[in-house]
Amino acid sequence: MKTIFEEHEAGRGTEYLPSRKVDLGAYLPAGEIRSELPLPELSEVQAVRHFTGLSRRNYGVDTGFYPLGSCTMKYNPKINEDTARLPGFAQLHPYQPEETVQGALQMMWELQRDLGEITGMDAVSLQPAAGAHGELTGILIVRAYHESRGDTARTQVIVPDSAHGTNPATAAMAGFEVVHVPSDERGGVDVDALRQLASEKTAALMLTNPNTLGLFDERITEIAEVIHAAGGLLYYDGANLNAVLGHSRPGDMGFDIVHLNLHKTFSTPHGGGGPGAGPVGVKAHLRDFLPMPIVTNGDGHFHLSYDLKDSIGQMRSFYGNFGVLVRAYTYIRALGGEGLREVADDAVLNANYILSLIKDHFDVPFDRIPKHEFVVAPPEDLVRQQGVKTLDIAKRLLDFDYHPPTVYFPLIVHEAMMIEPTETETKETLKGFADTLNRIIDEGRENPEYVKTAPHNTVVGRLDEARAVKQPKLLERLGG
Amino acid sequence: MKTPSELRYTEDHEWLRPEGKSGRVGITDFAQDQLGDVVFVELPEVGRAVKQGEAFGVVESVKSVSDVFAPITGKVVAVNQALVDSPELVNQDPYGQGWIVEIEIANDGEVQALLDAQAYGALQEGGH
Amino acid sequence: MRFTPHTEEDRREMLRQIGASSVDELFSDLPAAVRLDRPLNLPEGLPESEVARLLSTLAARDLDMGKYVSFLGGGAYDRYIPSVVGEMLRRSEFYTAYTPYQPEISQGTLQAIFEFQSLIAALTGLDIAQASLYDGATAVAEAAMLAWGQTGRERIVVARSVDPQYRAVLRTYAHGRGLEVVELPLRDGRAAAEDIAGAAEGAACVIVQHPNFFGLLEDVDSLVKATHDKGALYIAVADPISLAVMRPPGAYGADVAVGEAQGLGIAASFGGPYLGFMAARQAYLRRLPGRIVGETADKDGNRGYVLTFQTREQHIRREKATSNICTNQGLMALAATIHTTLLGPDGLRQAASLSIEGAHRLGDGIGRTQGVDLAFSGPYAFEVALRGKASVKDVQGAMLKAGMLGPLDLERFYPELPGHMLLSVTEKRTTEEIAKLLDVLQGVEA
Repeated sequence: MKTIFEEHEAGRGTEYLPSRKVDLGAYLPAGEIRSELPLPELSEVQAVRHFTGLSRRNYGVDTGFYPLGSCTMKYNPKINEDTARLPGFAQLHPYQPEETVQGALQMMWELQRDLGEITGMDAVSLQPAAGAHGELTGILIVRAYHESRGDTARTQVIVPDSAHGTNPATAAMAGFEVVHVPSDERGGVDVDALRQLASEKTAALMLTNPNTLGLFDERITEIAEVIHAAGGLLYYDGANLNAVLGHSRPGDMGFDIVHLNLHKTFSTPHGGGGPGAGPVGVKAHLRDFLPMPIVTNGDGHFHLSYDLKDSIGQMRSFYGNFGVLVRAYTYIRALGGEGLREVADDAVLNANYILSLIKDHFDVPFDRIPKHEFVVAPPEDLVRQQGVKTLDIAKRLLDFDYHPPTVYFPLIVHEAMMIEPTETETKETLKGFADTLNRIIDEGRENPEYVKTAPHNTVVGRLDEARAVKQPKLLERLGG
Repeated sequence: MKTPSELRYTEDHEWLRPEGKSGRVGITDFAQDQLGDVVFVELPEVGRAVKQGEAFGVVESVKSVSDVFAPITGKVVAVNQALVDSPELVNQDPYGQGWIVEIEIANDGEVQALLDAQAYGALQEGGH
Repeated sequence: MRFTPHTEEDRREMLRQIGASSVDELFSDLPAAVRLDRPLNLPEGLPESEVARLLSTLAARDLDMGKYVSFLGGGAYDRYIPSVVGEMLRRSEFYTAYTPYQPEISQGTLQAIFEFQSLIAALTGLDIAQASLYDGATAVAEAAMLAWGQTGRERIVVARSVDPQYRAVLRTYAHGRGLEVVELPLRDGRAAAEDIAGAAEGAACVIVQHPNFFGLLEDVDSLVKATHDKGALYIAVADPISLAVMRPPGAYGADVAVGEAQGLGIAASFGGPYLGFMAARQAYLRRLPGRIVGETADKDGNRGYVLTFQTREQHIRREKATSNICTNQGLMALAATIHTTLLGPDGLRQAASLSIEGAHRLGDGIGRTQGVDLAFSGPYAFEVALRGKASVKDVQGAMLKAGMLGPLDLERFYPELPGHMLLSVTEKRTTEEIAKLLDVLQGVEA
């Protein structure tokens, strides 16, 4: 497809604004006025066809099954899109006086309260813009908490070797040294190793539970005790909360801080990579460290409160990705507590169902009941003898109109494929996907070359990523 | 995997070719194979003093990145400028045109203590 | 409402296949101590018709910019958005997709980001741009981290005339890395090159917004020179709408340009989601945070786009990554790309020109109005800072009564500016609306 720069033809533009001539020279010094502005000009129809064309070269949850592990690609209800666009929400300026935005503030206050109930936390900030941003918020709270106690020797954050890359990156951004704790043979945190690592230097442990293998850490209470006894805090990465909604709450597991991904658990769309939202909840003793403002309720009115005395400050402009918050709030109101628990029930049921259908065709590194997702690898003989790797299977899935699972993560499983079906898929979809995976394994044995050169039916084939780095072309300019 | 017998090796998969007062350094055939297509090599400045075991450069493929550690203590006396435009030399000729830096040898003892080809080969057999 | 499709028969069959007797058995590894033994205490679920009613009722409690005429700005704007933008954003192949990890089925998202990078580079006059950041404030903070990584220096200098939201976020991020933040004081509402000489000794960067938070034009040439004299990076903060008519950061010597692109087709939406951008000179490519898209080809020579230079990022570099950011603001970057494509150079220029003209009509009127004065001297655009005899609260009340929103109380962020306020004019404000505002200002009793 052509780019907008290649579509450009001078003079094609459409008028969207009054064409009244403005003499900028009357307002700005001559030297400040720009003469050139090399932007493309397209007619409205051209632009509409261009972006419609781009959308057709994309794959979303509405296109088909999207079992991308750790990303919770569930269906995004359309009512959410309507409510977020209500003028009373979408057309609010963030600096409007409080008395003119009571509906918005009430929604935020209720969402803070509901997310607190769902996670077992006492106070919630809606400000963080994404999961990674929520993590940074949480770890800065860890830092502020220890600093407030004069406990400045706590320089280490412990993360499991199965953790998302964001965990160590976040810890480093908050000025901590990262220490890795290994996994045990059941896929959980190696508690003995953790005991060795936990010390007066430990600021926090960052944990996902269920973890990135989709396994619930059965020794979570013990883990919490080890960290708390050492004087550290326990941080919950909410990436996998979908698995335990209504069954178990991070607050009850012993966590002090939690971040959520509204774009995973609470059905807000991923938008091709954002916007998301990453609210952070804390136990009561950490409330005053939350970023400001938070929404409070008093004398029948809702307020933006800036009176948290130990606040880490502000994490972004204004109050959060408000439009995303409206969607999550809509979802929670639609489902209610019972509906949310059913989400976890079916997310776990669906993952186990696929696993039961493919376990004879794949290597299963941990023989346990997974929660909402699980990790497998192609059989070792297929990798070794035919050279058919996880990447090849992922690419071959594209030919069958499936989005592939997450691949090569977590790092502790060789040739990992991480499959998360979510709760919104039918039995037929799950079965069809499992059958296709098995078929590709068989195909890999019979005709490995065909699998290794997949995909065969997409608009482009495998792209040369090395060239993209060695001969970078990161943008286009008008006129080439 | 090739493991030339005239070179010395580290456990981190660097090689050293001692020649008089200095030696060239690169990454081993095994290391380049593990990385995949090398697309970028970050070189140190000539004249930089490095300590044994210190990371002085970076070799990157599309989806992975690896620090390069100094096998010995000494001063960097030359860097392989050819890698700026042709990082793939690390894949094509890891022990020859794919060399990364040349380090002035400060301590012969360090050189002697490095792994020989046989010991390094055994390390790979052990599964790394 | 439920979005879980299974019938009881489905569940039975699936459990049989799994070899479990009940769904609860699949949760049997959760220790009793951490199980929730009661239902979540949430309002009961509602059917769609009731959810729609509930949300409409809540939204109706707000006074929105559709009903009220907004003169609020200061980093978020009520700009005209062509119908096409909203229409295209609702194509669910865009908004229900995730980060383009599988380029073969993500060419839509990838090419849109490539086009976005191209547009940002053109607007800022710089060599490269990345795929976007959460918002303008975090973009400023990330730029400061880039400068620290590049120079190894631990002092960040920022002009006090930079958006207070941005400075607040900068302080939070800087504290995490243990960096010191020093502010250049206001000199008639602006930064002064003389102040850089002292403050920027050993600094990684100097951050200046132009036009600044008060809408004032900074003396960027002298500021850039003073910054570079100290070996620091110059980080320009700019609204892309202003860049349609004003000399771009690349032309006056900035090393990095960042800002908030909400004005490019994104609803004000009570503060988010918005769109941060970052452009830079080529030399800083490997220090950029977040995603970057590049062009390449498949083995048959078909052009395609991929995420590239990923070794900077958290999923590979982990604790040594340039930032912990994972995604970009994909859908918002798409909105900005569509909006900019539709308006084109003429439309974008017109949006900026009408806004500047309106701001000056308001500013000139204020000069003629009893009881209010412009707060600062010298050229300005988009925003009008003023001070008056009446309290800001009274002005806000009088405007609200007249069906208008504004002004922003500046003392909230600047204790040194008591009684000062900020009004903003976009291309949507008519001559009549501005005249009416002037009447209201005239009528507020001190």
